[in-house]
This record gives sequence, C-alpha cells and structure tokens, in this order.
Amino acid sequence: MLLKELSEAIGVSGNEEKVRKIIEEYVKPHVDKVSVDSIGNLIAFKQGDGSYSLKVVLAAHMDEIGLMVTYINEKGYLHFRPVGGVDERILPGKRVLVGDKAVPGVIGLKPIHLLKEEERSQVAPVESLVIDIGASDKSSAEKMVKVGDYATFDVAFQELGARRVKGKAFDDRAGCAVLAELVKERYPFDLYAVFTVQEEVGLRGAKVAAYAIEPDAAFSIEGTVADDLPKEKDVSPTARLGHGPAITIMDRTFVAFHPLVRLLVETAEAEGIPYQFKQPLVGGTDSGAIHLTKKGVPSATVAVPCRYIHSPVSILSLDDFENTIRLMEAALKRLKPEHLRVE
Amino acid sequence: MNTFEVLKKLSEAPGVAGNESGVSQIVAEEFKKYVDELRTDALGNVIGFKKGTGPSPRRIMLAAHMDEIGLMVSEIEKGFIRFTTVGGIDDRILLGQEVIVHGLKPLPGIIASKPPHLLSPEERKKVTPKDQLFVDVGLPEEEVKALVRVGDFISFAAKCVRLQGDMASGKAFDDRASVAALVCCLEHLSQMKHRWDVYAVATSQEEMGLRGAVVSAYGIAPDLAIAIDVGFGDSPGLSDAEAIKVGKGPAIAIGPNFHPALREALVKIAQELEIPYQTEAIPGPSGTDAWAIQVSREGVPTALLSIPLRYMHTPVETLSLKDIERTGLLLAHFISRLEKFPPE
Repeated sequence: MLLKELSEAIGVSGNEEKVRKIIEEYVKPHVDKVSVDSIGNLIAFKQGDGSYSLKVVLAAHMDEIGLMVTYINEKGYLHFRPVGGVDERILPGKRVLVGDKAVPGVIGLKPIHLLKEEERSQVAPVESLVIDIGASDKSSAEKMVKVGDYATFDVAFQELGARRVKGKAFDDRAGCAVLAELVKERYPFDLYAVFTVQEEVGLRGAKVAAYAIEPDAAFSIEGTVADDLPKEKDVSPTARLGHGPAITIMDRTFVAFHPLVRLLVETAEAEGIPYQFKQPLVGGTDSGAIHLTKKGVPSATVAVPCRYIHSPVSILSLDDFENTIRLMEAALKRLKPEHLRVE
Repeated sequence: MNTFEVLKKLSEAPGVAGNESGVSQIVAEEFKKYVDELRTDALGNVIGFKKGTGPSPRRIMLAAHMDEIGLMVSEIEKGFIRFTTVGGIDDRILLGQEVIVHGLKPLPGIIASKPPHLLSPEERKKVTPKDQLFVDVGLPEEEVKALVRVGDFISFAAKCVRLQGDMASGKAFDDRASVAALVCCLEHLSQMKHRWDVYAVATSQEEMGLRGAVVSAYGIAPDLAIAIDVGFGDSPGLSDAEAIKVGKGPAIAIGPNFHPALREALVKIAQELEIPYQTEAIPGPSGTDAWAIQVSREGVPTALLSIPLRYMHTPVETLSLKDIERTGLLLAHFISRLEKFPPE
C-alpha cells in the first residue's frame, strides 16, 4: 500500500529524497515525463487529450515536520530544534530516528518522582530536552550522528479496523498518495502533478514550481486537521473524520477561487461523493504560494481529514482518502475554461 | 540467554498493576526453563522454586515486580475514551502516546487532545490535564461501545529498541529489567550448586502499594530476601547526588530498610568477583518490595539491588543491558555461596 510506504518514509522539510524516490518510481509508468527542479520538487507531467490548451497543477507536499540536531554535548546527548510546527507538548517520552542511518533515540524526561509540584504542570521547553541515543560520550555519538541531522518520530503504519488507519506524516503523504493515483488518468488538459518540498517551513517548494510552470489553475491536496474530539464548548470542528474530503473556502494563506469551489461541490453532488467544508481561516497549504504566482493563479484546496496532524501519529479514514481521489478525478474531468474565469 | 530478547519480550507484554496476566505468561515461560516448580498465587505473583542441596535448606526470596503503570477506561464519550491513571503516571508524557486498550479484543489507540492551533498561548505552556485527554481507537462510536467497558485496562504500546553500545529503551523496564535479571540469575544457578532453596518471585501490584510482595513473602516465609528494582540513573536534569550511574553496575542500597550484614555480604562478593557496583543511600522508605518484605511475619533480613534507569515512568525508559547481567551474576554467586546467615 503506497500510503503505508509513504507514511513510514522519513522526509523532514529540506530532506525529502527518500519520499521522492518512492513517488517517482510509482508514478513514472503512468506519466509522460518526470523531472526534479533545483529545490527538489518532483514534477510529473501528463499531456492532456487535446480538448483544452490549459495547464493545471496538482500539488501535494512530500515534507513532514520533525526535528534537527543542533548540538551534541560532552555526554553524548543530542540537543535539537523543531523543523516546522511541532507541538512542544508531545515531545517527551517519544522514540525518534536520527539521520540517514535512522539511528534510534529517545526523548526522555526527569522522572516524576524527583519533580517539584510546579514542574509537573509545565510543558518542558524544547531547549531543555535532548535525544538520548545511548552514546557514552560526544565522540561515540559523533560516530553515528552529526549536527544538522534530521530526526522523525518512530511510528509504524497500522490498520485500526473500520477502514481507519494510523501512522505518521499523513500531512501530507495522504495528499501525495492521492496525487499518485490521479496521474493514472488522462484529462482534457495538461496535468502537472507537483510533489513539493519545504511546505512546512513556508510553502517554499510550491512557490518556485508554480513560477516555472505558470499554471492556469491549481489544486492543493492536503491532509488537514480533523478535530472532532468532544469539547467543553460546542465549537464546530475544522473537519470531521469519515465525512468526506474537506474543501477549503478560505484559510490563513488564500481565498479559494469560487468557480473552482463550485466545480468541486457540483461534482461531489452529481457523483454522490460525500464532502465537507473546512472551517474557515484555519491552516494553510501550497495554494497560498501558488495563487500569488506571477499574475495570479485560480486555486483550490481539497484535503483528507486527519486527526492529530503535527503530532507523532495521525488517524485517517480510508473512505475519506478514496473519496478524495474520486472527487478530484471527477472534478478534473469536468474542468472547463469557464471555471477559470472570475464570476 | 539473550538479555535483550528476554527484556524485549517482558517489556512489550501488557501487564498494568492489577492485571498482570499478559506479562506473567512470559515470566512463566522464562522461569520454567530453570526452576523445579512454578506456581502462581492468589494475587498473581509468579513464583519459581529452585531446590537447594543443603540437608534442611533455608529459603531465600528474590523479588522483582512485573506490573507496570498504565491507564484505565473511566468513560466513553462520543466514541472517545476518557481514562484515569493506574500508578504514578507523569502527565507530561501522555499526549501523542500510543496505547493498547484491553477491551473485548486489544485495540490500538492514541492519546489525543485539542490540536495546538485551538489553544491559547498560556495553554500551550501548560501540560494538558487528564480531563482534556482522550484515547482514540479510531473506531465509530457503536463499535467502541460494543468492545470497550469502563474499567478496561490501557497499557502503553512502546516498542523495545536497542540503542548505541549496550543500551536499550522501552516501557516497563521498571521493573521488568529486574525480572530479566532474575531470569539471568536462575540461568547461572542452573549451572551452579546452591545449598539454599531459592524462590524467584515476579511480584504483582507493586505500583499500587507493594501488595504482591506482602502476600508472596508471607506465603514463602523466607529466611532472607533480596528485592531488585530500578534506581534513578544519571540523565539530563538530575544532579550527581540524585542519581546512580547507568552502565556502572547495580547499586547496593544502604539504609533502615536493609539488613547491614546482608548488604555487606553482597558488597564482599561484588568486590571479590570484580562485578562493578555502586552504593545508593536510601534514608527512609525505599518504595520497593523490600519495604514490605522486611516486615513480613516476624521480620526478614532484606537487601535491595537497584538497576540504574533513565526516564523512569515514561515509555522510553533507558538502561544498560550489562547492568542487568551484572545484577543476575551477583545474585547467582551470592546464592551459591550462601551457608549461614548471619555469617559467623
């Protein structure tokens, strides 16, 4: 299963090579050309059937949040900083894999027995935490890892039953897996499936890819926040698991292009595919960078709802995942030049 | 024996205090290889008996607890599981942790809470309190209700891994590292002569108040006892005064909980055999099975060996495998030389 392979691959922002190789191998037989640009984006090109002379970009980011080793101390412990939006609350007591050799390590904590009362309720700041790889001192640690090495959480992909799965980095390997399926079809326009880098550190891969391609329209495919846990106050969740692909109207980085949103909604209703709107003004995607490219690009975002993104382990529904593929495939087949005109 | 393999089997087995059956099966399998008799008592203690060669052998009890800290289902709300804690859980490590809910079948789950973008800046600095945490098993509400009941145990699902050198990390090393040391000791003893009868006990419910030790010590009525537990190993945030050193051998404890002559005898053997050891001063209650055993029946001369452990009560407890082996070796040699106690 591609989603499992992608979820378990290590690829923190700036070091997406392993993920890129998996995707490249998977999509190559289905597309006309595969290329990698200077920043590391993987671009799979598939010529259209000749109906319209349009260039459409589909973007999903390969990178995941993680940690970077910033210093190795005399005792052989690794100091680190987050790469991307890591929730500091979740770091203590986790297993990680460090560097290209995936050296196992743990993020420990002072034992609860020796804590002062006030320490028990304070989140340990990231500066106070270290990774322990079991090295006896600095020089033996340096045989295995170096400053600048990335670290990710050591989490296995697993089926939970009821079509739900857990794993790491569903944000946005879920999107990558959706894209990898979508390129199998031929569409009425030229398709550029762009697997971007460095989304988590500021949408940087998407920016240069969109500049080079100059698309007429773009869709970002994401793994987005599903926060449907019980809450004290009845606030509407960002998205719900099992309720279908989440269509963005507006997030922190862009306002979705209305005719494209309409296309998505009409397609879902015509095809009987469940969908939901993502709660406005939460999060951001590659569309934020793409829609501002050159003279502007009509853009939309569709996402697979994932619980607990930016933590070591997320949960998604395979129904949502497959419905995202269905929705996108059907919408792309219905896409016409009039969907790219401002109403 | 392969110390890591035994430790890994013990560590990854579920066995929250009060429901040790998962781990006790593993303990029984390992003990069985070396003992003459094996039994389980009313509180679930696993007791391995190895007959001594003396004419009317006296009894030594070795105790290491096999229970672990964990969680318990307290309520099911919209398909998400609220929980309470079993033993001294550190709230700081709960969020984002993988667990197994022991319902009608074992269900993998994740400890979850509100995502960070819905928190105020102050909330992000506070450890998320238990009443805002849930276990999510990813299943629809009806399925959760059918499979999970209030009172079901929840254990951590951490993998046991090798780190660099002879270091390893995993959950429940407190105190299954010491159970592994017992297995190691029994293996050595199976190649040695010993006059005393040996009772190796993997105790239950230590984390709930040393309960397994209370009844097993009564049942065995030992003449001598040695508890084996974990001690705070040197790690970031701990001063040298607070910690014993990982990789430098077991600590032999000194204090009111421990019989001075028994302690001396252990020290002497460690020195003779050049087994590295350390000294741990415990001025009051040791919080270990030794505390209960010392006052069993008319009193039992008791000692404590501590295996140095980093990050105690987290799912990434970390230790040196050599320290486990040294503990097993020291125990075996001590027992094989045991004749009279107190020595004349």
